[in-house]
Amino acid sequence: MSAVVRVVLPAHLKNLARVQGEVRLRLDGSGAGADGGADGAVTRAALLDALESAYPVLRGTIRDHGTGRRRAFVRFYACEQDLSNEPADAPLPAAVAAGSEPFLIVGAMAGG
Amino acid sequence: MTRIRVLAGTRKGAFILTSDGSRTKWDVSGPHFAGWEIYHMKGSPADPDRIYASQNTGWFGQLIQRSDDGGATWQAVGNEFTYATEPGTHLWYDGTPRPWEFKRVWHLEPSSADPDVAYAGIEDAALFKTADGGATWTELTGLRTHDSGPGWQPGAGGMCLHTIILDPAHAGRMYVAISAAGTFRSDDHGETWRPVNRGLHSEGTLPEDEPEVGFCVHHVEMHPARPDTLFMQKHWDVMRSDDAGQTWQEISGDLPTDFGFPIGVHAHEPDTIYVVPITSDSLHYPPDGQLRVYRSRCGGHEWEPLTRGLPQENCYVNVYRDAMSVDSLEECGIYFGTTGGQVYASADAGDTWAPIVRDLPAVLSVEVQTLS
Repeated sequence: MSAVVRVVLPAHLKNLARVQGEVRLRLDGSGAGADGGADGAVTRAALLDALESAYPVLRGTIRDHGTGRRRAFVRFYACEQDLSNEPADAPLPAAVAAGSEPFLIVGAMAGG
Repeated sequence: MTRIRVLAGTRKGAFILTSDGSRTKWDVSGPHFAGWEIYHMKGSPADPDRIYASQNTGWFGQLIQRSDDGGATWQAVGNEFTYATEPGTHLWYDGTPRPWEFKRVWHLEPSSADPDVAYAGIEDAALFKTADGGATWTELTGLRTHDSGPGWQPGAGGMCLHTIILDPAHAGRMYVAISAAGTFRSDDHGETWRPVNRGLHSEGTLPEDEPEVGFCVHHVEMHPARPDTLFMQKHWDVMRSDDAGQTWQEISGDLPTDFGFPIGVHAHEPDTIYVVPITSDSLHYPPDGQLRVYRSRCGGHEWEPLTRGLPQENCYVNVYRDAMSVDSLEECGIYFGTTGGQVYASADAGDTWAPIVRDLPAVLSVEVQTLS
């Protein structure tokens, strides 16, 4: 499997990673582990692994060091779905895996 | 030519203020890391152009930034602060056990000898050290795993390790202060620790007469020429120790209120100290809307209000614990930042004041570098 996925970062993380616009990541390989689910599908874990590998400065800003848990005020969306509470190893929508829809990382609305 | 560099961490970014030795005209650069809380920035005494900054938001967590050119450019370094042993529990506000959990870095203290060495005080309280310029951070576990640790409780601002003092005269001696556990001393480079809180009181809130821990210490300062003397602004009470923290005596004296957050020591006069009295624990602004620094020239007890150039009506700002610092020019300069976004400076040891910048976001910390 080889896929190019599109990721939209929130403004603060764009600045931190020094990127503009969307990030495009190539996810290579198949099978369980760092880059795919058990059936080779593109998963959130694989996507975030690839993102942090390409931009190490983002480690710890989206998910916690060690536990890998989503930070409380970070949300994930794609294809008009809130994927924030989906398992990290669940397949992402096919349109995300195919690169036709972006995966959105969003800072939750909080505070005033 | 002598220059002064003021590092101001704010609720929405970092600002760097620079001036020549006259301290009359200031250039302001920033915001650096716009939109992020900068709890603390501090330069290395061994290499003043090496600056460490603690950058945090509730959304995206903790980053540590490092500059090697005096703040002109920055690079993010390591941000993994993982407790080195099973975190265990401390007490929550309601007295129930609560697991230790990393939240943010409150204070960064670079070594005086090696710019790659620095210490970080974090919430929930623990002490970390880097020896590679911030790339990796390792916990000094002896503090968090002290026998008293399971009984520590947070102050209102969290269970933060906010003060780190490296003793310049006694090799291996260092102090930390934690809200609301108290003050601790190590004599072996941070390997082992003991509470040094005898003489502190928190009347009405503690069941024991002389508990080992349980004190809401707000800030501690030392003059390097007299390292056995420590000055403390506690939640209430201004305190002093002359035996390296083993015993403390109250020096609040004639202050209008002894509640406050920062305490500062004159660069050349070890008995000249500064506090900013705040009305009370429930009213975090100056009494009567008058912003006044109080100075004692005799190590406490007797205090004089310093008002010239500070607002004396309708002023309801606060000054946080790490938001006061001094320069080391011959005529010592004193600096502090407010929650109203002003950084005030005095170039004459506090006699007169002027804002060197105003309308910044709320100021969380102020550190001053004297550059030659």
